[in-house]
Amino acid sequence: MPQANVVMHTRRVTPTTSIIDIQGDISAFAEQELMRAYNEANTSTMRTIILNFSGLEYMNSSGIGLIVTLLIRINRQKQRMLAFGLSEHYQHIFELTRLNDAIKIYDSESAALAAA
Amino acid sequence: MSTLPTPTNGQPDEQPRDAAFWSAHVTGLKVSNVPSGALNLNVEGKLVNGPLQGFGKMWQKTYRVTLHGASVSAKEVIKTWKEHFPEFWPARNRFYGPLTGIAPGEVALLNLTLTGGIKLSTGVLVLYADEESFTLMTPQGHIFAGWITFSAFEEEGNIVAQAQVLMRANDPIYEIGFRLGMYKEEDKFWQHTLKSLAASMGVDEPVHMQAICVDPHVQWVHVKNVWHNAAMRTTIYTMSTPLRWIRGRGRKRI
Repeated sequence: MPQANVVMHTRRVTPTTSIIDIQGDISAFAEQELMRAYNEANTSTMRTIILNFSGLEYMNSSGIGLIVTLLIRINRQKQRMLAFGLSEHYQHIFELTRLNDAIKIYDSESAALAAA
Repeated sequence: MSTLPTPTNGQPDEQPRDAAFWSAHVTGLKVSNVPSGALNLNVEGKLVNGPLQGFGKMWQKTYRVTLHGASVSAKEVIKTWKEHFPEFWPARNRFYGPLTGIAPGEVALLNLTLTGGIKLSTGVLVLYADEESFTLMTPQGHIFAGWITFSAFEEEGNIVAQAQVLMRANDPIYEIGFRLGMYKEEDKFWQHTLKSLAASMGVDEPVHMQAICVDPHVQWVHVKNVWHNAAMRTTIYTMSTPLRWIRGRGRKRI
Protein backbone atom coordinates (compact mmCIF):
# COMPACT_ATOMS: atom_id res chain seq x y z
CA MET A 1 0.00 0.00 0.00
CA PRO A 2 1.42 3.45 -0.89
CA GLN A 3 2.93 5.46 1.94
CA ALA A 4 1.29 8.67 3.05
CA ASN A 5 2.98 11.58 1.29
CA VAL A 6 2.25 14.09 4.01
CA VAL A 7 3.85 15.57 7.09
CA MET A 8 1.86 17.43 9.72
CA HIS A 9 3.43 19.58 12.38
CA THR A 10 1.53 20.74 15.44
CA ARG A 11 2.17 24.12 17.06
CA ARG A 12 0.59 25.03 20.36
CA VAL A 13 0.12 28.78 20.01
CA THR A 14 -1.86 29.40 23.21
CA PRO A 15 -3.24 27.03 25.85
CA THR A 16 -6.54 27.05 23.97
CA THR A 17 -5.36 27.20 20.32
CA SER A 18 -3.18 24.92 18.22
CA ILE A 19 -2.18 25.05 14.57
CA ILE A 20 -1.61 21.95 12.45
CA ASP A 21 0.67 22.74 9.50
CA ILE A 22 0.01 20.41 6.59
CA GLN A 23 2.76 19.70 4.06
CA GLY A 24 2.02 17.32 1.21
CA ASP A 25 -0.96 15.26 0.09
CA ILE A 26 -4.24 14.62 1.83
CA SER A 27 -5.75 11.36 0.66
CA ALA A 28 -7.03 8.27 2.49
CA PHE A 29 -3.40 7.41 3.34
CA ALA A 30 -3.07 10.60 5.41
CA GLU A 31 -5.50 9.41 8.07
CA GLN A 32 -2.92 8.15 10.56
CA GLU A 33 -0.79 11.27 10.30
CA LEU A 34 -3.82 13.55 10.63
CA MET A 35 -5.07 11.74 13.73
CA ARG A 36 -1.58 11.78 15.23
CA ALA A 37 -1.34 15.53 14.71
CA TYR A 38 -4.79 16.10 16.17
CA ASN A 39 -4.08 13.92 19.22
CA GLU A 40 -0.90 15.91 19.79
CA ALA A 41 -2.89 19.17 19.62
CA ASN A 42 -5.80 17.96 21.70
CA THR A 43 -5.29 18.88 25.34
CA SER A 44 -7.83 19.40 28.11
CA THR A 45 -7.71 23.18 27.54
CA MET A 46 -7.80 23.09 23.75
CA ARG A 47 -10.71 25.00 22.22
CA THR A 48 -9.63 25.79 18.65
CA ILE A 49 -7.72 23.77 16.09
CA ILE A 50 -6.50 25.73 13.08
CA LEU A 51 -5.50 23.85 9.95
CA ASN A 52 -2.79 25.52 7.87
CA PHE A 53 -3.25 24.41 4.27
CA SER A 54 -0.53 26.58 2.73
CA GLY A 55 1.68 23.50 2.24
CA LEU A 56 -1.08 21.38 0.70
CA GLU A 57 0.01 19.95 -2.64
CA TYR A 58 -2.77 17.49 -3.47
CA MET A 59 -6.15 16.49 -2.09
CA ASN A 60 -8.64 13.95 -3.44
CA SER A 61 -12.19 13.21 -2.36
CA SER A 62 -11.05 10.71 0.27
CA GLY A 63 -8.94 13.50 1.73
CA ILE A 64 -11.96 15.76 2.01
CA GLY A 65 -13.72 12.91 3.80
CA LEU A 66 -10.90 12.86 6.36
CA ILE A 67 -11.35 16.58 7.01
CA VAL A 68 -15.09 16.00 7.57
CA THR A 69 -14.57 13.17 10.06
CA LEU A 70 -11.90 15.19 11.85
CA LEU A 71 -14.31 18.14 12.04
CA ILE A 72 -16.98 15.94 13.63
CA ARG A 73 -14.47 14.59 16.14
CA ILE A 74 -13.37 18.12 17.01
CA ASN A 75 -16.94 19.37 17.39
CA ARG A 76 -17.83 16.44 19.65
CA GLN A 77 -15.03 17.64 21.93
CA LYS A 78 -16.74 21.04 21.98
CA GLN A 79 -13.83 22.45 19.97
CA ARG A 80 -13.80 24.51 16.78
CA MET A 81 -11.92 24.03 13.52
CA LEU A 82 -10.70 26.98 11.50
CA ALA A 83 -8.55 27.04 8.36
CA PHE A 84 -6.18 29.33 6.48
CA GLY A 85 -3.68 29.07 3.64
CA LEU A 86 -6.11 27.60 1.14
CA SER A 87 -5.33 28.48 -2.45
CA GLU A 88 -8.13 29.55 -4.73
CA HIS A 89 -8.39 25.98 -6.04
CA TYR A 90 -8.79 24.47 -2.57
CA GLN A 91 -11.20 27.19 -1.48
CA HIS A 92 -13.27 26.14 -4.48
CA ILE A 93 -13.11 22.52 -3.26
CA PHE A 94 -14.31 23.57 0.18
CA GLU A 95 -17.22 25.47 -1.44
CA LEU A 96 -18.06 22.63 -3.80
CA THR A 97 -18.19 20.08 -0.96
CA ARG A 98 -19.84 22.69 1.31
CA LEU A 99 -17.20 22.32 3.96
CA ASN A 100 -17.09 26.10 4.11
CA ASP A 101 -20.53 25.97 5.76
CA ALA A 102 -18.87 24.55 8.85
CA ILE A 103 -15.20 25.55 8.64
CA LYS A 104 -14.40 29.25 8.53
CA ILE A 105 -11.57 30.07 6.17
CA TYR A 106 -9.18 32.95 6.79
CA ASP A 107 -6.67 34.70 4.57
CA SER A 108 -3.81 34.45 7.01
CA GLU A 109 -2.59 32.84 10.19
CA SER A 110 -2.96 36.10 12.10
CA ALA A 111 -6.58 36.47 10.97
CA ALA A 112 -7.36 32.90 12.04
CA LEU A 113 -5.67 33.40 15.40
CA ALA A 114 -7.58 36.63 15.96
CA ALA A 115 -10.81 34.71 15.43
CA ALA A 116 -9.81 31.79 17.63
CA MET B 1 9.72 30.91 16.38
CA SER B 2 8.51 28.11 14.06
CA THR B 3 8.97 28.42 10.32
CA LEU B 4 5.79 28.03 8.35
CA PRO B 5 5.86 25.63 5.39
CA THR B 6 6.58 27.37 2.10
CA PRO B 7 3.25 27.81 0.33
CA THR B 8 3.28 25.60 -2.75
CA ASN B 9 -0.27 26.05 -3.93
CA GLY B 10 -0.62 29.81 -4.07
CA GLN B 11 0.79 30.52 -7.51
CA PRO B 12 -2.08 31.42 -9.84
CA ASP B 13 -0.61 29.66 -12.87
CA GLU B 14 0.52 26.53 -11.03
CA GLN B 15 -2.40 24.22 -10.56
CA PRO B 16 -2.16 21.38 -8.03
CA ARG B 17 -1.94 17.80 -9.37
CA ASP B 18 -5.58 17.19 -8.49
CA ALA B 19 -6.98 20.23 -10.31
CA ALA B 20 -8.32 18.32 -13.32
CA PHE B 21 -10.04 15.67 -11.21
CA TRP B 22 -12.52 17.89 -9.37
CA SER B 23 -15.85 19.17 -10.61
CA ALA B 24 -16.11 22.86 -11.36
CA HIS B 25 -18.10 24.88 -8.88
CA VAL B 26 -21.85 24.32 -9.16
CA THR B 27 -24.59 26.54 -7.77
CA GLY B 28 -27.38 24.26 -8.92
CA LEU B 29 -27.32 21.01 -10.85
CA LYS B 30 -28.00 21.11 -14.58
CA VAL B 31 -28.96 18.13 -16.67
CA SER B 32 -27.65 18.67 -20.18
CA ASN B 33 -28.98 15.63 -22.04
CA VAL B 34 -31.79 13.46 -20.70
CA PRO B 35 -31.23 9.88 -21.82
CA SER B 36 -34.13 8.07 -23.39
CA GLY B 37 -36.34 6.42 -20.79
CA ALA B 38 -35.00 8.45 -17.89
CA LEU B 39 -37.27 10.47 -15.62
CA ASN B 40 -35.60 13.82 -15.01
CA LEU B 41 -37.08 14.88 -11.70
CA ASN B 42 -35.72 16.49 -8.53
CA VAL B 43 -32.36 17.34 -10.08
CA GLU B 44 -32.52 20.58 -12.06
CA GLY B 45 -31.45 23.52 -9.93
CA LYS B 46 -30.88 21.44 -6.79
CA LEU B 47 -27.85 22.20 -4.63
CA VAL B 48 -25.50 19.42 -3.67
CA ASN B 49 -25.65 18.33 -0.03
CA GLY B 50 -22.56 17.05 1.69
CA PRO B 51 -22.58 15.04 4.92
CA LEU B 52 -22.54 18.29 6.88
CA GLN B 53 -25.84 19.41 5.34
CA GLY B 54 -27.85 16.27 6.18
CA PHE B 55 -30.26 15.66 9.03
CA GLY B 56 -29.62 12.15 10.39
CA LYS B 57 -26.74 10.41 12.15
CA MET B 58 -23.50 10.48 10.18
CA TRP B 59 -22.24 7.11 8.97
CA GLN B 60 -19.13 5.97 7.20
CA LYS B 61 -19.82 2.65 5.52
CA THR B 62 -17.16 0.74 3.64
CA TYR B 63 -17.92 -2.15 1.30
CA ARG B 64 -15.01 -4.02 -0.19
CA VAL B 65 -14.31 -7.10 -2.27
CA THR B 66 -10.89 -8.62 -2.87
CA LEU B 67 -10.42 -9.62 -6.49
CA HIS B 68 -8.47 -12.83 -5.81
CA GLY B 69 -7.09 -14.33 -8.98
CA ALA B 70 -8.09 -11.47 -11.28
CA SER B 71 -5.26 -10.27 -13.50
CA VAL B 72 -6.24 -6.63 -13.42
CA SER B 73 -4.68 -3.46 -12.14
CA ALA B 74 -6.45 -0.92 -9.94
CA LYS B 75 -6.71 1.44 -12.90
CA GLU B 76 -8.29 -1.27 -15.06
CA VAL B 77 -10.86 -1.97 -12.33
CA ILE B 78 -11.86 1.69 -12.17
CA LYS B 79 -11.96 1.97 -15.97
CA THR B 80 -14.32 -1.01 -16.11
CA TRP B 81 -16.39 0.31 -13.23
CA LYS B 82 -16.83 3.71 -14.88
CA GLU B 83 -17.66 2.26 -18.28
CA HIS B 84 -20.17 -0.30 -17.00
CA PHE B 85 -21.38 1.42 -13.83
CA PRO B 86 -25.14 1.12 -14.50
CA GLU B 87 -24.85 -2.55 -15.41
CA PHE B 88 -23.64 -3.49 -11.96
CA TRP B 89 -26.70 -2.01 -10.25
CA PRO B 90 -29.53 -4.14 -8.84
CA ALA B 91 -32.62 -4.62 -10.99
CA ARG B 92 -35.31 -1.90 -10.89
CA ASN B 93 -32.70 0.73 -10.13
CA ARG B 94 -31.43 2.75 -13.04
CA PHE B 95 -28.38 4.98 -13.32
CA TYR B 96 -28.55 7.18 -16.41
CA GLY B 97 -25.00 8.34 -16.80
CA PRO B 98 -23.87 11.31 -18.85
CA LEU B 99 -23.12 10.64 -22.52
CA THR B 100 -19.54 11.73 -21.96
CA GLY B 101 -19.10 9.11 -19.25
CA ILE B 102 -18.30 9.48 -15.58
CA ALA B 103 -16.20 12.63 -15.54
CA PRO B 104 -15.85 15.52 -13.06
CA GLY B 105 -18.80 17.89 -13.11
CA GLU B 106 -21.16 15.58 -14.97
CA VAL B 107 -24.66 14.96 -13.63
CA ALA B 108 -26.36 11.57 -13.76
CA LEU B 109 -30.01 10.76 -13.24
CA LEU B 110 -31.16 8.03 -10.86
CA ASN B 111 -34.52 6.28 -11.08
CA LEU B 112 -34.73 4.06 -7.99
CA THR B 113 -37.21 1.63 -6.50
CA LEU B 114 -37.23 1.65 -2.72
CA THR B 115 -38.70 -0.78 -0.20
CA GLY B 116 -42.38 -1.29 -0.82
CA GLY B 117 -42.07 -0.33 -4.47
CA ILE B 118 -41.77 3.40 -3.77
CA LYS B 119 -40.24 5.17 -6.76
CA LEU B 120 -37.63 7.86 -6.31
CA SER B 121 -36.14 10.01 -9.04
CA THR B 122 -33.07 12.03 -8.24
CA GLY B 123 -29.50 12.41 -9.47
CA VAL B 124 -25.87 12.73 -8.52
CA LEU B 125 -22.94 14.97 -9.35
CA VAL B 126 -19.60 13.48 -10.30
CA LEU B 127 -17.63 15.34 -7.65
CA TYR B 128 -14.24 13.78 -8.36
CA ALA B 129 -12.80 11.29 -10.83
CA ASP B 130 -9.26 10.14 -11.47
CA GLU B 131 -7.76 6.88 -12.73
CA GLU B 132 -8.08 5.09 -9.40
CA SER B 133 -11.29 6.43 -7.90
CA PHE B 134 -14.42 8.43 -8.54
CA THR B 135 -16.88 10.09 -6.19
CA LEU B 136 -20.56 10.88 -6.57
CA MET B 137 -22.16 13.62 -4.45
CA THR B 138 -25.87 13.80 -3.75
CA PRO B 139 -28.32 16.66 -4.24
CA GLN B 140 -31.08 18.01 -2.04
CA GLY B 141 -33.88 15.44 -1.84
CA HIS B 142 -31.72 12.36 -2.31
CA ILE B 143 -32.04 9.65 0.37
CA PHE B 144 -28.74 10.68 1.84
CA ALA B 145 -26.67 13.84 2.05
CA GLY B 146 -23.04 13.05 1.31
CA TRP B 147 -20.87 11.27 -1.14
CA ILE B 148 -19.75 7.80 -2.13
CA THR B 149 -16.26 7.04 -3.36
CA PHE B 150 -15.54 4.07 -5.58
CA SER B 151 -11.90 3.07 -5.59
CA ALA B 152 -9.50 0.26 -6.31
CA PHE B 153 -6.09 -0.32 -4.78
CA GLU B 154 -3.52 -3.00 -4.13
CA GLU B 155 -3.44 -4.65 -0.73
CA GLU B 156 -1.20 -7.59 0.19
CA GLY B 157 -0.69 -8.51 -3.42
CA ASN B 158 -4.38 -8.41 -4.39
CA ILE B 159 -6.54 -5.75 -5.94
CA VAL B 160 -9.40 -4.57 -3.73
CA ALA B 161 -12.48 -2.80 -5.08
CA GLN B 162 -14.17 -0.57 -2.54
CA ALA B 163 -17.22 1.64 -2.18
CA GLN B 164 -17.15 4.00 0.78
CA VAL B 165 -20.12 6.16 1.77
CA LEU B 166 -19.92 9.16 4.07
CA MET B 167 -23.42 10.37 4.67
CA ARG B 168 -26.37 11.42 6.80
CA ALA B 169 -29.99 10.73 5.94
CA ASN B 170 -31.09 13.91 4.19
CA ASP B 171 -34.24 14.50 6.22
CA PRO B 172 -36.29 13.03 9.12
CA ILE B 173 -38.41 10.85 6.84
CA TYR B 174 -35.35 9.13 5.38
CA GLU B 175 -33.77 8.87 8.85
CA ILE B 176 -36.86 7.09 10.17
CA GLY B 177 -36.72 4.85 7.11
CA PHE B 178 -33.08 4.01 7.82
CA ARG B 179 -33.82 3.19 11.45
CA LEU B 180 -36.74 1.00 10.42
CA GLY B 181 -34.47 -1.10 8.24
CA MET B 182 -33.82 0.82 5.02
CA TYR B 183 -30.13 0.69 5.86
CA LYS B 184 -30.23 -3.04 5.13
CA GLU B 185 -31.48 -2.26 1.62
CA GLU B 186 -28.60 0.14 1.14
CA ASP B 187 -26.14 -2.51 2.31
CA LYS B 188 -27.66 -5.06 -0.10
CA PHE B 189 -27.46 -2.48 -2.92
CA TRP B 190 -23.74 -1.91 -2.67
CA GLN B 191 -22.97 -5.56 -1.92
CA HIS B 192 -24.81 -6.45 -5.12
CA THR B 193 -22.88 -3.80 -7.04
CA LEU B 194 -19.49 -5.01 -5.84
CA LYS B 195 -20.39 -8.66 -6.42
CA SER B 196 -21.42 -7.78 -9.97
CA LEU B 197 -18.20 -5.88 -10.58
CA ALA B 198 -16.18 -8.80 -9.24
CA ALA B 199 -18.19 -11.29 -11.33
CA SER B 200 -17.40 -9.28 -14.48
CA MET B 201 -13.76 -10.09 -13.77
CA GLY B 202 -14.40 -13.76 -13.11
CA VAL B 203 -14.22 -13.39 -9.33
CA ASP B 204 -16.72 -14.79 -6.83
CA GLU B 205 -15.73 -13.46 -3.40
CA PRO B 206 -17.75 -12.17 -0.45
CA VAL B 207 -18.24 -8.45 0.05
CA HIS B 208 -17.15 -7.24 3.47
CA MET B 209 -18.88 -4.31 5.13
CA GLN B 210 -17.80 -2.04 7.95
CA ALA B 211 -20.06 0.65 9.40
CA ILE B 212 -18.83 3.42 11.68
CA CYS B 213 -21.19 5.92 13.28
CA VAL B 214 -19.16 9.11 12.92
CA ASP B 215 -21.76 11.28 14.65
CA PRO B 216 -24.71 9.79 16.55
CA HIS B 217 -26.54 13.12 16.75
CA VAL B 218 -29.14 14.34 14.28
CA GLN B 219 -29.00 17.92 13.00
CA TRP B 220 -32.37 19.53 13.67
CA VAL B 221 -31.12 22.67 11.94
CA HIS B 222 -31.56 20.74 8.66
CA VAL B 223 -35.06 19.40 9.35
CA LYS B 224 -36.34 21.60 6.51
CA ASN B 225 -34.53 19.36 4.03
CA VAL B 226 -37.80 17.40 4.03
CA TRP B 227 -39.16 20.01 1.61
CA HIS B 228 -36.95 18.53 -1.10
CA ASN B 229 -37.68 14.87 -0.29
CA ALA B 230 -37.39 13.21 -3.69
CA ALA B 231 -39.40 10.13 -2.71
CA MET B 232 -42.41 12.27 -1.78
CA ARG B 233 -42.02 14.50 -4.82
CA THR B 234 -41.74 11.52 -7.15
CA THR B 235 -44.86 10.00 -5.62
CA ILE B 236 -46.79 13.26 -6.09
CA TYR B 237 -45.54 13.50 -9.67
CA THR B 238 -46.57 9.91 -10.39
CA MET B 239 -50.01 10.38 -8.82
CA SER B 240 -50.58 13.51 -10.89
CA THR B 241 -49.74 11.75 -14.17
CA PRO B 242 -53.45 11.35 -15.10
CA LEU B 243 -54.00 15.08 -14.56
CA ARG B 244 -51.06 15.95 -16.81
CA TRP B 245 -52.41 13.57 -19.43
CA ILE B 246 -55.83 15.22 -19.35
CA ARG B 247 -54.27 18.69 -19.52
CA GLY B 248 -52.15 17.58 -22.46
CA ARG B 249 -55.22 16.30 -24.31
CA GLY B 250 -56.99 19.57 -23.63
CA ARG B 251 -54.15 21.58 -25.14
CA LYS B 252 -54.11 19.38 -28.26
CA ARG B 253 -57.84 20.03 -28.87
CA ILE B 254 -57.31 23.77 -28.71
